Amino acid sequence: MKRIVLVACAALALAMSPAAAQQKTIKIGFVSTFSGPVAAIGNDMRNSFELALDHLGRKLGGLPVEVIYEDDQIKPEVGVQKIQKLIESDKVDFIVGIIWSNVLLASLKPVIDSKTFMIVTNAGASQLAGEQCSPYVFSTSWNNDQTPQAIGLYMNQKNVKTAFLIGPNYAAGKDMLEGVAATFKGQIVGRELTRWPDQLDFSAELSKAAAAKPDAIFAFYPGGAGIQFITQYVQKGLKDQIPLYTAFTIDELSLPRLKDLAVGIPGAQQWVNDLPNEANKKYVADYKAKYKLSPSFYGSQTYDAALLIDSGLRATKGDMTNKDALRKALEKADFKSVRGNFKFGPNHIPIQNFYLQAAVKEGDDFRLKTVATIVENDQDKHVSKCKMPN
Amino acid sequence: MIDWRNLSADWLDARKLASNPPNLRNAFVIALLAILALLPIYSALTGNYFLVTLFTRILILALAAVSLNLIMGFGGMVSFGHAAYLGIGGYVVGILAKEGINSGFVQWPLALIVSGLFALGVGALCLRTRGVYFIMITLAFAQMVYYVAIGLDRYGGDDGLTINKRSQFIDAVNLSNKTVFYYVCFALLLAVVYLVWRLVNSRFGLVIQGARSNDRRMRAIGFPTFRYKLVCFVIAGVLCGLSGVLLANHTSFISPAMMQWTRSGDLIVMAVLGGMGSVFGPVVGAVAFLLLEEVLSSVTEYSGIILGPMLLGVVLFARGGIDGILKDHSRG
Amino acid sequence: MLYLIEQCLNGVQLGMLLFLLAAGLTLIFGIMDLVNLAHGSLYMVGAYLAATFAALTGSFVAGLVLGLIATLAVGIVLEVVAIRPLYGRDHLDHVLGTFGLLLFFNDIVRWIWGPAGMTLSLPSQMLAAVQVLPGVFYPMYRIVIILATLAVGGLLYVLVMRTRIGMLIRAGASNREMVSALGINITLLYTLVFGLGAALAGFAGMIAAPISFVQIGMGENILILAFVVIIIGGIGSIRGAFVASIIVGLIDTLGRAFLPDLARNFLSYSAGSSLGPALSSMLIYMLMAGVLVFRPEGLFPASRK
Repeated sequence: MKRIVLVACAALALAMSPAAAQQKTIKIGFVSTFSGPVAAIGNDMRNSFELALDHLGRKLGGLPVEVIYEDDQIKPEVGVQKIQKLIESDKVDFIVGIIWSNVLLASLKPVIDSKTFMIVTNAGASQLAGEQCSPYVFSTSWNNDQTPQAIGLYMNQKNVKTAFLIGPNYAAGKDMLEGVAATFKGQIVGRELTRWPDQLDFSAELSKAAAAKPDAIFAFYPGGAGIQFITQYVQKGLKDQIPLYTAFTIDELSLPRLKDLAVGIPGAQQWVNDLPNEANKKYVADYKAKYKLSPSFYGSQTYDAALLIDSGLRATKGDMTNKDALRKALEKADFKSVRGNFKFGPNHIPIQNFYLQAAVKEGDDFRLKTVATIVENDQDKHVSKCKMPN
Repeated sequence: MIDWRNLSADWLDARKLASNPPNLRNAFVIALLAILALLPIYSALTGNYFLVTLFTRILILALAAVSLNLIMGFGGMVSFGHAAYLGIGGYVVGILAKEGINSGFVQWPLALIVSGLFALGVGALCLRTRGVYFIMITLAFAQMVYYVAIGLDRYGGDDGLTINKRSQFIDAVNLSNKTVFYYVCFALLLAVVYLVWRLVNSRFGLVIQGARSNDRRMRAIGFPTFRYKLVCFVIAGVLCGLSGVLLANHTSFISPAMMQWTRSGDLIVMAVLGGMGSVFGPVVGAVAFLLLEEVLSSVTEYSGIILGPMLLGVVLFARGGIDGILKDHSRG
Repeated sequence: MLYLIEQCLNGVQLGMLLFLLAAGLTLIFGIMDLVNLAHGSLYMVGAYLAATFAALTGSFVAGLVLGLIATLAVGIVLEVVAIRPLYGRDHLDHVLGTFGLLLFFNDIVRWIWGPAGMTLSLPSQMLAAVQVLPGVFYPMYRIVIILATLAVGGLLYVLVMRTRIGMLIRAGASNREMVSALGINITLLYTLVFGLGAALAGFAGMIAAPISFVQIGMGENILILAFVVIIIGGIGSIRGAFVASIIVGLIDTLGRAFLPDLARNFLSYSAGSSLGPALSSMLIYMLMAGVLVFRPEGLFPASRK
């Protein structure tokens, strides 16, 4: 019992510690997933953010930084609560992170109501690009349907006539399939949404896809589900029969698990680790040196977020009080992104290139490499629905 | 065997409190209630508004745990699907809000009615089974509701739905004000605790508790225990539906994740941790469990390594929960 | 028609996997009257151990064998340390206590192996698909799963019904006091049964690993399905578990294969696409609720004491 009382007191003390007054410290609340099976994504994002801070001398806009990391456990409700805590108790200046569309959608209201700046570094829900765009919310990633639109264009180039689309049954999954359908000119012979996130086995769907006899299959499965899907696709012997096109399914986190199975399967991405710009070379080399791992696109987007905040604060000379000035400064996106070209559309979603990437084997190592540029300076199609206040 | 009359009654009994010398257990409850009542004032003084947000959530889930304990602790019906009512209450509010009906006078009663009807249907089927079968069939129905919510494309499917406006009542009660909303939740929690306490100590409650210890005997005496248990199940469902209404208003957001099966597990943990033998126990359990979760998650990313064995420890060595420990100390 | 046969095969294969998990669960449930939510954790631990040993030895089979022995050991230690005090308690205590173990295992595995997950790669000769019927190709490894599970099921049947140990197990289930009065060490017997259940769960995790992916929490989703199986089959009945596994596997797979198209016929395309998967996920729970309404103790109620 005593222990529980103690813990309760500790909790109160923790929750009540007053926000340091008159600080000249920039406080960042970083929300991602650090527990459960997808913790690898959260770790990659955190590593990249820390690396960016190292590169910036642990300062943003010349001011010392304090970062508070919070775990959303992939649950919208937990994510909202953490964000409320960061805003109301820690009184952070920026919220950074967010992997999942549903966590993002749940969190938008408290963020916008409190006029806290938020840099979304992965989730690409189309509402954010459209009706729910906000002066305070920026994205360093993409809108969900942009990447699959690029792969749809590539499928046209490869002369694919018929395609079977498959993805998980949640917002991003639906957006992805819509995205391919928007640019793919051939016929879509089947479209399947599977249970998310707990489907164990894709045998029924793969049999269905094989029975439809398409020229190609398109799949979107992030994280562990992607590894499962590709493994089962290969085991079914489909790799030699029906080519697979992917979005967000093969990345640096899944490639070391998939190895040979992934070789030769194309995907689209706005960033690949071998993009030949100086910022990227430095990022990838230092990341590998520091963490003994390859960074993924999740990390690259988060690295950019730190640079973005730094650029904004440098322009306002560290002034957090004039929100309009800071917003204007952030909109300029005056920094060297690891993906090369980077500028914001009026809805605060990047306008950027999308590349074709493929998994290759070099010696005993597997890595992703850029094959071609599919589209240049692509802008999402929801921007017209965004009525951004001035 | 079971001491019906003394079971839990003294936790909220003012007369008894006056006549008995104060003991640790009562002192603890009074202290907790005082802290809860004064919390918004403290939070306003220190400028830390998150405390109110955090404790509003605790009060709401405490209400759900109290409702679960009515059937679990007193009726012996271990429902592993209680989170479904949180979802139903929340979704009624969310769906009505999405369709432009923001009046709380419509939303709230409708949510309670739907929760009650669902409990009536489910209860009528589930109460035919017992033991583990009962645990699993309640889980099955909760999973069905969960998947229905995922299938509701118009209301966000798996992603959930943002509620733009909290329920509208008269101008004096503006739920958008955090402090007002906190006290509304606090008052409702106290009202529900009082209601459950009256219920448990009524003739109805005695029949329910009798049926828990020996259903056959109660039937032999002439009580139609099935009907009694069903009514009890429905009351618990309605009360938990109320908790769902509050939760939807609190987070301004509904999603199927509100009723994942692990949430039902959390509610059971709260009730057991606090002590199933008393009406107020689950409130203590909810406060302890949610604060512990908050603290552990800020200290370590591996909270399960601590929380898991602790849970096992409570089961093995402290079956009465926190209430049981306090009771022991009060006697000694 | 061929397509239907292929989908049925998919269903049977899923059912086989469920049976391995459910058999251990129902054995422990039927004999020790213990609800074990940590059974899924043993499934996960088995997969992690096998993947680790396979990576160390470079051999798939050696990984399985060593992993199986290690999982058995983990099961026995778990029984002695944490499970034994739970015997004789009510089911609520089991649910809570083993729920705690489940939380513990998830985080301890993440602590030891890291969050990234592992893969258990198949030997390349098992990667192929074979032609089972004219025009129907089926992954060879999935056929291996079906055969291996049938073999394990057969062994289990012989062990429980035809050997002295099995006789003691059955006797212990129906009358614990009498068996121990006859001089049998019932504590040891329970430990062995729990170990056997753990090994079965671990084996299920191992053979599922090459088609899925070794990750934290992999046991939880399939655990719920396994519970559905043993409830439908009747707690304690291995025969019931076998029949119910195949029914659940078939219904889940066929539901996924055909329901979305059916839903699209009645609703708009997008509403149907999203309702279909939700409906097919609900099917097995509807089945379970339906079975329990008409047969409150499952399809094959084990004989009562």
